[in-house]
Amino acid sequence: MTLDLLTTHYNYYAVVLLLGIGLYTVIESRNLVKKVIGMNVFQTGIFLFFITLAYRAAGNPPVVTEGAGPYVSPLPHVLILTAIVVGVSLTAVALALVVRVYSEYGTLDEDTLEQLYHD
Amino acid sequence: MIDHLIVLLVVLPILGAAVPPFASLRYDRIGWAVATVTTLGHAALAGALAWTVWTDGIVRYAVGGFAAPYGIELVADGLTILLVVLISAVSLGVLAYARHAGPHANSFYSQFLLLVAGLSGMTVTGDVFNLYVFLEITGLAAYGLVASGPGVRSAVAALKYLVIGTIGASLYLLGVGYALAATGTLNMADLSVKLADAGYDSTLVLTAFGLIVAGLLVKVALFPIHTWQPDAYADSPDSVSAFISALVSTVSAYALARVLFSVFTVDFLEAVPIARRALVTVACVSIVAGSALAVAQSEVQRMLAYSSVSQFGLVIAGFAIATPLAVAGATVHLVGHAVMKGGLFAASGIIERKTGATTVGGYAGIAGRAPAAAGAFTVLALAMVGVPPAVGFVGKWYIVLGAVDAGLWPVVVVLLASTLLTLAYFARLGERLYFAEATIAPESVAADGGERVSTAMIVTVVVAAVLAVGLTAAVPVVDQLLDKTVFELMLQ
Repeated sequence: MTLDLLTTHYNYYAVVLLLGIGLYTVIESRNLVKKVIGMNVFQTGIFLFFITLAYRAAGNPPVVTEGAGPYVSPLPHVLILTAIVVGVSLTAVALALVVRVYSEYGTLDEDTLEQLYHD
Repeated sequence: MIDHLIVLLVVLPILGAAVPPFASLRYDRIGWAVATVTTLGHAALAGALAWTVWTDGIVRYAVGGFAAPYGIELVADGLTILLVVLISAVSLGVLAYARHAGPHANSFYSQFLLLVAGLSGMTVTGDVFNLYVFLEITGLAAYGLVASGPGVRSAVAALKYLVIGTIGASLYLLGVGYALAATGTLNMADLSVKLADAGYDSTLVLTAFGLIVAGLLVKVALFPIHTWQPDAYADSPDSVSAFISALVSTVSAYALARVLFSVFTVDFLEAVPIARRALVTVACVSIVAGSALAVAQSEVQRMLAYSSVSQFGLVIAGFAIATPLAVAGATVHLVGHAVMKGGLFAASGIIERKTGATTVGGYAGIAGRAPAAAGAFTVLALAMVGVPPAVGFVGKWYIVLGAVDAGLWPVVVVLLASTLLTLAYFARLGERLYFAEATIAPESVAADGGERVSTAMIVTVVVAAVLAVGLTAAVPVVDQLLDKTVFELMLQ
């Protein structure tokens, strides 16, 4: 039973792992770039979750032709294309801010930044 | 044209936002003019839409002609148009303020219009995934605006806001995924039916509720996930803090109300009492913790930011109690808080420019040096405390009555105590402003030259103060609007 779950649901384990690693990195890392990476990993977990939702055993690509069904659901794919675009824009803005912080303070470490504030 | 009113609310500011970057090639300071013309157009559209909803009831619009539930649907009911009109009005107020106060860069006004587009989109959408997209557009524009301050502190504040805000929006998206897995649809009206069919005790539905609500609460900034908010408000330019403190959390709280009442419905809250209890508890903790943190602040803008954490606790408590009276109260307080908090941030900006005072101690005895701003600040603060006849009183009063109706006595106690706590941090400031000896010598500012303040800035703040009292007269209209278009659906 457990083995069965492991072999048929491994995508979901990957989702949980990615979400966990991402969230942990965002909270735990003091380095601003690593925080942005953690944020990306977290989002990737969600992308994988949606794509897994769309899967259907013995499903065909959703291009309608005679007798080709059943199809996998195309909707989550489209949603995730949009979400990827959103994620790229967020990463771009985040990295732009990181560059600005680094060029001013010469550090990306949160603790060092805190210290610089109080000086 | 008239059929497309609702979609133009989003399209117009996006088109407007594309103009300043191109105009920069020729003109230096065209951004403000473009933003003002576009926002005036937005206000006209909002007015026309409000009139249509008032006379004909709920407006539904299928984007691109793809019928719901397959296409994206835009919906405007009584609650929507209140928010749309609020967005227009606050944007115009902030533009009047920013004309002199800046920032003056063309790119700033592009982001400003993108934020207006994102907020309008969040308000009118009837599709949960579309709401996610607009949530992120709003977020991206807000991060950019926060970072538009001169110092690097604003960049650090924006980055913190970005990381936490993205996690919040991602949790919301994950919740949408669970709802999609349970029902196979993304349309709000369709979801409300199919979630009931899936069964309110289904794990998928419960997880979807938890994740969606948690994600939106990050955006609203309730305690303990408010940590991005004080930095973002205090470290950004005063035009920006007035704008985002008035609108961004407000529209997120509206989105939460939309999810509660249009997607999960009151039946869900009845069927799963733990969901309601959890939400009310989080809101109450936020009311108390936000006030306590506000009392502990020495910087005025930080104090105002923590005050928002507490006031949004009130609003969310009202929505979670979910009786018509409590929801009407939460709506009135949502709109009222936007006007009052935006006005308070703008007034604190004027006081800082005129006198250099930014801390509670610095506010001592400076009322005479910035009489209009200090007067408006005091009126707005008293309105926020809930002194009748200000709009802050009506909102809180309705929420308390709703809680009494629902028999939630511990909540009633917290709500009443919150008024005292609000008084605790605002009375301190009022006392300093008018009755204490000045600690900042007038000469020290005069030597700096003291930044000039335009009439438009003062007028904006005074109008906010007048509205904080005058909006009370509009409460019956709000009641009627909600009765006609929201409660019918909620209680059927």
